[in-house]
Amino acid sequence: MVEAWKESSMGRGGEQTDQFPVGMRVLAVDDDPTCLMVLEALLRRCRYHVTTTNQATVALKLLRENRDKFDLVISDVHMPDMDGFKLLELVGLEMDLPVIMLSVNGETKTVMKGITHGACDYLLKPVRIEELKNIWQHVVRRKFGHRDYGVFDNREDSENHQTFCNEGAQGLNISELPKQNGNLCRKRKDRDDEDDDDFEETVLENEDPSTHKKPRVVWSIDLHRKFVAAVNQLGIDKAVPKRILELMNVDKLTRENVASHLQKYRLYLKRLSAVASKQASLVAALGGSESSYLHMGSLDGFMNFQAFTTSGQLPPLTSLQQSGVIGRANTSGMGLCRHSSSELVQAGHINNTRIPTNDLIRSEGVNLHRNQHGSLLQGIPTSLELEHLQPKRVQEANCELLGGFPGNGLPNGNPHSSYVSATSNALMLQTLQQKTHSSGFVNHSSTRTLPISSDSFHVNAGSSSQIPDLARCNNTWQCAPLNGYTSNNSSASSLTNDYLVKSTNKFPVSQRSNNYPNVSSAIRPPLQDPFIVRDGQNQACSSSGQTMVRPTNADGETKVINFSSACNSKQRLEPKENNISDHDVMFTSFSSSTLLNNFMIDPVSGNQSMSNSHHNKTMDQNIISHTHAIPSSLPQNCNIDKSDSDGFLKVKYNLQGQKLQRGIGGCSLDDIVSSVIKPEGDEISFAECDSGFDFYHRGACL
Amino acid sequence: MKKSLFDQGYLDEQFYQLEELQDEVSPNFVEEVVTLFFRDSTRLVTNIDQALEKRPQDFRKLDACMHQLKVSASSIGAAKMKNECTSFKEFCGKESLEGCIRSFQKLKKEHSTLRTKLENYFQLLRQVGPVEKAVRSGK
Repeated sequence: MVEAWKESSMGRGGEQTDQFPVGMRVLAVDDDPTCLMVLEALLRRCRYHVTTTNQATVALKLLRENRDKFDLVISDVHMPDMDGFKLLELVGLEMDLPVIMLSVNGETKTVMKGITHGACDYLLKPVRIEELKNIWQHVVRRKFGHRDYGVFDNREDSENHQTFCNEGAQGLNISELPKQNGNLCRKRKDRDDEDDDDFEETVLENEDPSTHKKPRVVWSIDLHRKFVAAVNQLGIDKAVPKRILELMNVDKLTRENVASHLQKYRLYLKRLSAVASKQASLVAALGGSESSYLHMGSLDGFMNFQAFTTSGQLPPLTSLQQSGVIGRANTSGMGLCRHSSSELVQAGHINNTRIPTNDLIRSEGVNLHRNQHGSLLQGIPTSLELEHLQPKRVQEANCELLGGFPGNGLPNGNPHSSYVSATSNALMLQTLQQKTHSSGFVNHSSTRTLPISSDSFHVNAGSSSQIPDLARCNNTWQCAPLNGYTSNNSSASSLTNDYLVKSTNKFPVSQRSNNYPNVSSAIRPPLQDPFIVRDGQNQACSSSGQTMVRPTNADGETKVINFSSACNSKQRLEPKENNISDHDVMFTSFSSSTLLNNFMIDPVSGNQSMSNSHHNKTMDQNIISHTHAIPSSLPQNCNIDKSDSDGFLKVKYNLQGQKLQRGIGGCSLDDIVSSVIKPEGDEISFAECDSGFDFYHRGACL
Repeated sequence: MKKSLFDQGYLDEQFYQLEELQDEVSPNFVEEVVTLFFRDSTRLVTNIDQALEKRPQDFRKLDACMHQLKVSASSIGAAKMKNECTSFKEFCGKESLEGCIRSFQKLKKEHSTLRTKLENYFQLLRQVGPVEKAVRSGK
């Protein structure tokens, strides 16, 4: 098992995989210098590779720079610059790394808080080396998904654990639990709480409701879609868990589940915007197609997803994972992307409904060379997939990129094909990313190519159907250049990425399969989906041009049109950060810029292969319908008219303006749309887009 | 000498752990940690002093400061100090200024006592030199 894990963790530090747990990379965070020093020494004694910092903000920065650099995080609870629980949440959300909490305070309620916030373990200070010797198990466990591994203490349970357990028992009425559980109590306390499903469930049965133990909820794509839909309907600002829950109308879902998911989603959106801006800058910096590689970064995000999704719905993700890893590598992006894409392709199976990754990948592959972005795209599909699996998890990379265009399939497949390939990935990703959290998933269409920000995904979904055409056209959705995401580094993006990825995953790239209704060229205008309005940052779409248009596969998943930044004109997709209230358009950071770029790029590249007009129509319809489909998720206000004449897609994006706008700070959507639609400077009439996307880059792109 | 420190309750098991961590790679680990501790704790003590002076009392802040001190103390195994911190926090909880002040006085005393003792201890170790390991085990 370790072997397998080692294999999969290609991207990780070599040493670590060979001799694990020796060399396991730990990040230790504690404001107290004495404690930190002692902790570091203890960890080194366990032969781990230790990095320390006394500030949570620095820790986050390190983690965001390269998620793959660490295997585990240990953090103090009480810190001056940031609450330990908050850090815990962010890390779990963005990077999905196991986090262990430390504290002098061993009170049940504090421990409970740690566990409910997602801590793998909670150790009391002063920490004993025996306890640290076991922490590697959390890493392994996570790698292998939610299996029921316990922490196998080779030693007698420490007093601490005993105490914990007892305390816990008292707090949770564990004594009431069946004997077996009671016996396992000690061990369970040590275990990754994720694995405590059984335990928790049992506890739930036995304990009284006030103990707050709930069975772990898995946020499937569908569920997430519903969630995003509900959020969009309510409006991101007004979305309260209770109402969301009502709207979702899902059995066995509690308000708390929704609340925590909402929290993550919000963070994700924020991240997207950050990423978007970052991507934009990156794109600008890169200028060229390579920006798509930024997305690669996002790939990482995806990858993470994969890791997590293992048990998740997307089995294929694993493959993605690999690709994701590759994607992360972001080496020149291209290479990686391709690789990742190829992997994605291989992951093929990922697509259950997903966008036929294979197709995508293939196409992308082709495109890849065209567009460096392709590689990104590849990453994207993964991310998409990942998204699917882990809506939240998709960290930055993937989601963001793809998210952008959910399905927006500006599947212009054609023109952008080239781009698309590259970008498509990105787009795809973007689409995925489009945080359509809800929407993305909602897209139901398998092609959810890019669950653009949850909600946006819907758009994608909607569009996905539309995008399918796209998919067909190009398959290029090539990995929407996770361009946006490469900026994963930006924390914001990471967040968005997460979402995007998550959502995007929903859109299996592979979706292509059948649904590409005209997606081919369709840049799915409904960027609605893809445009993930990233919180705040959307403005700066990293136009890496990598918009991945994900051909929404049959499912009509939003195809993310990745127009790889082939157009170097990286249009900056302004990541519309808007808290994607509608989430419909989530241009995840990558994405926004990328998306736009992608789209735009296409124009630039003149690949207007997309039969714009044709698609446009479709898209429009799709978009519109899609948008409708997505509750308010899509900024329907934007009407992107596809101009047939030039083959520019003038997609009429009927974005529910507000929504989008809300979500999107600026008119990222517009930008995206414009970019998408306007291949080469077409004038995409986004006049309608209220979202105020500033299609500024449009011109630029083109 | 070390034994006496333990016997008197100044130090606890954690200190042993620290010594365990000392090796060829970090030969002065324990001393470094202790030095760091005292540097940091002195600062914290000053903070608490100042906070105590203020009127009206902000018990929450006092509690937070003391928490930090407690954490530090426990990581080097300063048992007596840790206990004092706990009682100080209790007084904070009860919002008893008197209790806090009293407890804090004790704490400061423990703090300086410990510092002195440890300084002596390390000095002794240095004098003993390479033989210290043997000596230590003998102590």
